[in-house]
Amino acid sequence: MRANRRLVYAVVSSGLAIVFALLVSAVILAVSGNNPFEAYGQMFEYGVRVDSLASAVNRAVPLYFSAMAVALGFKMGLFNIGVEGQYRIAVLIAAAVGAAIALPGPLHVLAIILTAMAVGAAWSGFAGYLKVKRGVHEVISTIMLNYVATGMGAFLLANWLRQENPPGDLVIKTPEIPESGRLPSLNQVLEWVGLDPGRVNLYGMAVLAVVAGFGFHVLINHTRFGFELRASGASAGAARTAGIDPGRMVVLTMVISGAIAGLVGMAHLLGFFHRYTIDFPTMLGFTGIAVALLGRNHPVGMAAGALLFGWFDRATQILDLRGIPKEIVFILQGVILLSVVVAYAVVEVRIRAAESRAVTGALRPGAEEES
Amino acid sequence: MSLAIELVGITKRYPGVIANDRINLAVREGEIHAVVGENGAGKSTLMKILYGMIPPDEGEIRIRGEATGMSSARDAIEAGIGMVHQHFMLAEQMTVLENVILGAEPRQGLKIDFEQARRRIVEISGEGALDADQMVEELSVGEKQRVEIAKVLFRGAQILILDEPTAVLVPQEVEELFVSLRELRERGVTIIFISHKLDEVLEIADSITVIRAGRTVATADPRRISTRDLAELMVGAELPTAETRLSTVTDQVLLQAEGVGTLSEDEDRWVIEDISLRIHRGEVLGIAGVEGNGQRELVDILMGLRPADSGRVLLGGEDITGMSTLRRREAGIGLIPADRHGRGLLLVSPLWENAMLGYQSQPPFTRGWLVDGVGARRRTEDVVDQFDVRTPGVEVKIHALSGGNQQKLLVGKEMLATPQVLLASHPTRGIDVGAQAAVWESIRAARAEGLGVLLISADLDELIGLSDTLMVILRGRLVATLDPGQVTPAELGSYMTGASQ
Ligand SMILES: Nc1ncnc2c1ncn2[C@@H]1O[C@H](COP(=O)(O)OP(=O)(O)OP(=O)(O)O)[C@@H](O)[C@H]1O
Ligand SMILES: [Mg+2]
Repeated sequence: MRANRRLVYAVVSSGLAIVFALLVSAVILAVSGNNPFEAYGQMFEYGVRVDSLASAVNRAVPLYFSAMAVALGFKMGLFNIGVEGQYRIAVLIAAAVGAAIALPGPLHVLAIILTAMAVGAAWSGFAGYLKVKRGVHEVISTIMLNYVATGMGAFLLANWLRQENPPGDLVIKTPEIPESGRLPSLNQVLEWVGLDPGRVNLYGMAVLAVVAGFGFHVLINHTRFGFELRASGASAGAARTAGIDPGRMVVLTMVISGAIAGLVGMAHLLGFFHRYTIDFPTMLGFTGIAVALLGRNHPVGMAAGALLFGWFDRATQILDLRGIPKEIVFILQGVILLSVVVAYAVVEVRIRAAESRAVTGALRPGAEEES
Repeated sequence: MSLAIELVGITKRYPGVIANDRINLAVREGEIHAVVGENGAGKSTLMKILYGMIPPDEGEIRIRGEATGMSSARDAIEAGIGMVHQHFMLAEQMTVLENVILGAEPRQGLKIDFEQARRRIVEISGEGALDADQMVEELSVGEKQRVEIAKVLFRGAQILILDEPTAVLVPQEVEELFVSLRELRERGVTIIFISHKLDEVLEIADSITVIRAGRTVATADPRRISTRDLAELMVGAELPTAETRLSTVTDQVLLQAEGVGTLSEDEDRWVIEDISLRIHRGEVLGIAGVEGNGQRELVDILMGLRPADSGRVLLGGEDITGMSTLRRREAGIGLIPADRHGRGLLLVSPLWENAMLGYQSQPPFTRGWLVDGVGARRRTEDVVDQFDVRTPGVEVKIHALSGGNQQKLLVGKEMLATPQVLLASHPTRGIDVGAQAAVWESIRAARAEGLGVLLISADLDELIGLSDTLMVILRGRLVATLDPGQVTPAELGSYMTGASQ
């Protein structure tokens, strides 16, 4: 019952935060000479279209993986700021491998996904290794590794992994992954239930995201590893005394976090781009940090956060077309994040007080008997 | 005489419990007032309310007759109230001086006036009582406590709250503490003192308030009441004695240390040196010593939490010197750590996860890689039942339990895991007299079944009463082996301070 109440408060506080964020953004819109009602109206109208919703999900999927990668580290007090670099290097190498090998359908896709996870895990695990063996703080090392990933990615792409372009094509890219290495869209499923997403292809990776979210929950709450992870985060001293090896936990957590980070780029790669190009989406790793915070490291919370970010991302596209600066959306996202954090803290205090009052009525007579 | 503090009808509710139920407390100006009561009675809660750390749901706080609406420790400090918590809150890496003035630095313009601070510290704690430039981490527990008290007085406290100040002290240190408390009383400081050691309470207190189940049940005059009657009032039970009757010691060695030692961090001196001991099946080996003389390092080496720089550790004849902590636990070495908050508990995790900590690789807590939620909860419920842990349930986060009840869980989970060897540091620290008897009883029962125990304790009666063999640790070395049947607490005390060798 108490869990239920917490959920209600979490939802209410997030809702309030969003309302608050909308108000602040309205002020910003108004000050910058735009009519906020009109802007919101357009966003809403555009945002609830089936194709927009499908696109919102597509945008949410990578953010969800990214958030889970970050949240896993958070659970033990590790700040993996390197998801950005991890997914970018992972998707580049996975794209190159995917184009170079020939395997039958599902195996081909599986090989690409596993490659990405392995690269992400190695990249992130290296930061874990540095922390344990060399005492380098993971924030420093993962940020540095982000730069290395960007530089090395560009170098690998330009020198070894790019395809020979026909004359006139100036976009540097890896060769295209053949049909067998692509993930089919879920549009068929949408059609069965009578929805038409138009030109948007709902990514097949959405299914894997749901599975991964469930897996995340099981890993954290029902496995020994998850317990050791949370124990290490809650009290390093108590964890060590209990025989939990802190170094092993750091490396293992970074490796798993990196493996999840490797999945961030898969939705776009397998569902749309089918190759790595220099205009492959960036910043997904950093946005994931925000989503993890918004969702309080909880698999359902993060899913909601990712969908919200995805939806805003899509809905604000219309603003651009109507001549309203798209930067508003960034401000909006920042404000939402801040207000959720604040609203949650405020509501938390209220819950405590309410709970305390609620039990007293029930308890007074019992206490009388005892003495 | 006028009242320094008057608490009227204080009520504080938590989910599932009423910690304080219309409590009244009156403390006269300039007296030492003891508050006693069983674990979970509501003593710490009441003190935190008085200190402004938590707001009461109902009731009034009057300081020197004036009603106050304190809502933070800052207000309390302004009202002249200071509190020393049972768990010290000192910055280990700073000097005594820095710790004392932290947050209340006397200033001269923009600069901190260290000279003035130094003079005031001497004024407060007396000439030579504290070395202002020593690092806190180098201090003994008794000295740390003096720093805590100095810190509070430095802020001008006229009312001093001490929550279980003597739990961590050996008798000599308790005496020293009492001397300074009496001095403070001479200077007109009002002191509230919480303790489970009733003879100490009778020795130091001018008046006593007894709390039970969140209510004030009695006030007593220490000159007219015996510890027995006081215990009766508190828990409604007889005073326990820590007496081991029949010897169950066998000649089978379970855990053995051979010349173990460990170097300090900068490797320039031995923190403990050349320690050899044997724990036999069915034996309680007591280690007496002032805290900070190497007990913790000894336990850490035996548990694999610290490498041995010399010597070997053997379990059942097998060399385990390089074995990991987890393997040692699996091999049947249990541990009750001295520092329950820093090393024993996950404060914001539920009881059942705390019971699992240390046993996360073993049934009934886990099966392979999966946590067995049902088994783990059932085991925790057994601990709660058998060790009388006062809690609304096993899903409750452990920080919501009173200190003594947290300790009962720590002890109970080790006992129910039936280890071969138990390394127990201060197993009954903070536990009330009634529950203490139960813990002793369970240790005795397990010993009869063959458990070997390394018992470290500041409570000399406990040490003498439970141990089959007694050794004294001083500055990192075992300096004496004594017969607990012969030694008196006074003799033991002089061994511990090195007065008799
Ligand atoms: N933060 C909290 N949340 C919920 N319950 C709490 C909280 N703090 C204390 N309690 C409950 O209030 C009651 C009184 O606790 P308190 O710590 O005051 O006991 P105590 O008399 O100091 O006991 P001990 O001798 O064991 O230290 C206990 O039942 C405890 O479980
Ligand atoms: Mg207490």
